Amino acid sequence: MAKQSNNFILGLWDHEEVFLHAIEHLRHEGQEIHETLTPFPVHGLEQALGYRDTRLHTAGFLFGATGTTLALSVMSWVMTTNYPINFGGKPNWPLPSFIPITFELTVLFASVGMVLTYCVRNKLFPGYVPRIFDKRTTDDRFALVFDIDGKSDSDVEKIKQLCNSNGAVEVKKRTFDENE
Amino acid sequence: MHAYESEFREPLINGLDKNYTKITDDIVGPTEKTYKGWWLLFIIFGSLAGLFVFCLGWTVYYGIGTWGLNKTVDWAWDITNFVWWIGIGHAGTLISAILLLFRQRFRTGINRAAEAMTIFAVICAGMFPVFHMGRVWMAFFIFPYPNTRGPLWVNFNSPLLWDVFAISTYFTVSLLFWYSGLMPDFATIRDRATGKTRKWIYNILSFGWTGTAKQWQRFESLSLVLAGLSTPLVLSVHTIVSFDFATSVIPGWHTTIFPPYFVAGAIFSGFAMVETLMLIVRKVFKLEDYITVNHIESMNKIIVLTGSIVGIAYITELFIAWYSGYLYEQFAFYNRVFGKYWWAYFCMMFCNVVSPQFYWFKPLRRNLWVTFILSIFVNIGMWFERFVIIVTSLADDFLPSSWSYFTPTWVDIGIFIGSIGLFMTLFLLFARFFPVIAIAEVKSIFRTGSETAKRERALKEGSQTGGFVGNTTFGILDKDDK
Repeated sequence: MAKQSNNFILGLWDHEEVFLHAIEHLRHEGQEIHETLTPFPVHGLEQALGYRDTRLHTAGFLFGATGTTLALSVMSWVMTTNYPINFGGKPNWPLPSFIPITFELTVLFASVGMVLTYCVRNKLFPGYVPRIFDKRTTDDRFALVFDIDGKSDSDVEKIKQLCNSNGAVEVKKRTFDENE
Repeated sequence: MHAYESEFREPLINGLDKNYTKITDDIVGPTEKTYKGWWLLFIIFGSLAGLFVFCLGWTVYYGIGTWGLNKTVDWAWDITNFVWWIGIGHAGTLISAILLLFRQRFRTGINRAAEAMTIFAVICAGMFPVFHMGRVWMAFFIFPYPNTRGPLWVNFNSPLLWDVFAISTYFTVSLLFWYSGLMPDFATIRDRATGKTRKWIYNILSFGWTGTAKQWQRFESLSLVLAGLSTPLVLSVHTIVSFDFATSVIPGWHTTIFPPYFVAGAIFSGFAMVETLMLIVRKVFKLEDYITVNHIESMNKIIVLTGSIVGIAYITELFIAWYSGYLYEQFAFYNRVFGKYWWAYFCMMFCNVVSPQFYWFKPLRRNLWVTFILSIFVNIGMWFERFVIIVTSLADDFLPSSWSYFTPTWVDIGIFIGSIGLFMTLFLLFARFFPVIAIAEVKSIFRTGSETAKRERALKEGSQTGGFVGNTTFGILDKDDK
């Protein structure tokens, strides 16, 4: 794994629409944004950052399809092959009465699978201690983080100046210890 | 940049002094204080939860014979309670999933607490069928797994088995939906925490959430897909619960109208429970600006709608029983209305059909006391609905010599009261330690409402700013946009 950078410039905004404009301007100026932190999902943020669409729903579909297949195949195998019982002469492969369980397992697999994928991809698990750039980003501040490792002083000044001119309410340096 | 907004659209959050920090303060604040009354309530309901455990222990030790069941009425309070609790659990998913898909943004004020109620109600509900099995330590027999008894599999044709899958899926999915929404809010609490232990605990609860753009992007995708999955799920759960009755051949149960009728009833009772508890929560925690009278009115509209659907279903049942020309069906329904359980039928009709009709009048819909009292009526009425369906259909069966009357024992009553205790204990813990309103979601609807509506309200309240503006940087936007 690449060595983690420890020196950052942090720009803080207090209004999401000003923040979105700022992102567009900064990206237009060719600045690379290391991280974007917001207290709530801001509409249009991923477009402004140029992120591609998440593939989480595709994962959800695949998990769901697994559930459907599993439910149908297990029930079919049990009722026709493994232990066929004669229920008053009714068919051994009653597809309509498989519908409820098939549906439930589809939903169950899709949800559980998606949430697990979500946690893995987002690095979320109980006890994980994240790097917190600024505590106010879960309250009322919208933050842009710029990695300044190996950048010249003039580059750093440029970032600061761009943040300020685009409505940042605060621009500061944030340094982490090696172990943080 | 701006989405179109109707001129008449009122803001969803009241109060002219609001900003993002104020929202955090208002919602997280109650988790940082101690309330004397909380301990009192916790002790009362905790003791009732203890009664629940005691009565279940008694049932397991002495057997189901300690309940009031007899050879004729072999399903009674236990299954009534089961269906009642499951119904109460339906509002949470309806509010969070269906209203999310319909983009009804008023949901953000109430979804968190309603989802919590769903989970606690399903926990209570699940207890009843499990303990009705008698030998609870054999409860795992209901799952299909390879075994040494043949292998003898469960009956995949049985609605009772479908119920097992439906309820356990419903519980799991509701829990995941609820918890994935809680993570960002736990992170907010963590970042405000002053004590080290508090910070540590809330960091574990938040799963290390930071709120990066990519996290939020996946969050939104996850919420949308889970909402899309939960919507048919919530409909399927009560449909399957109704199949428990509808696929049987008992007159009074064997009715094709049951699935939609049960689903409407479930939403009806769920919203009533949400109102009962949220009216108290908003008062105690001073959240009137977030759970506004508009929210209450919207819920009351849903109550009058679903209550009327249920009312039509009751009348349709009677009509179809007469129209069927089938003697036993006619007897079952005649007996339901005029038989020995007439008082239960009357109670159900009054509470479920008559009482919500007050909500056709706007002043009553927006009156908190009326709402509180009627929500309790609905809760009682919906319990009686299940009791009427289950017990009256069984009590007078095909053979007059076996006709019987169900009388609950102290164990029946103890389990029922105790389950309310368990539900309330869990809800009290939730209200004390968890954010009762989805902070991040409320912040995202913070700016809704047209400028006209805001200006009008500001004039009414005697302020010049119109509220919600208050940002020093607002000027930049105006320059860019216009």
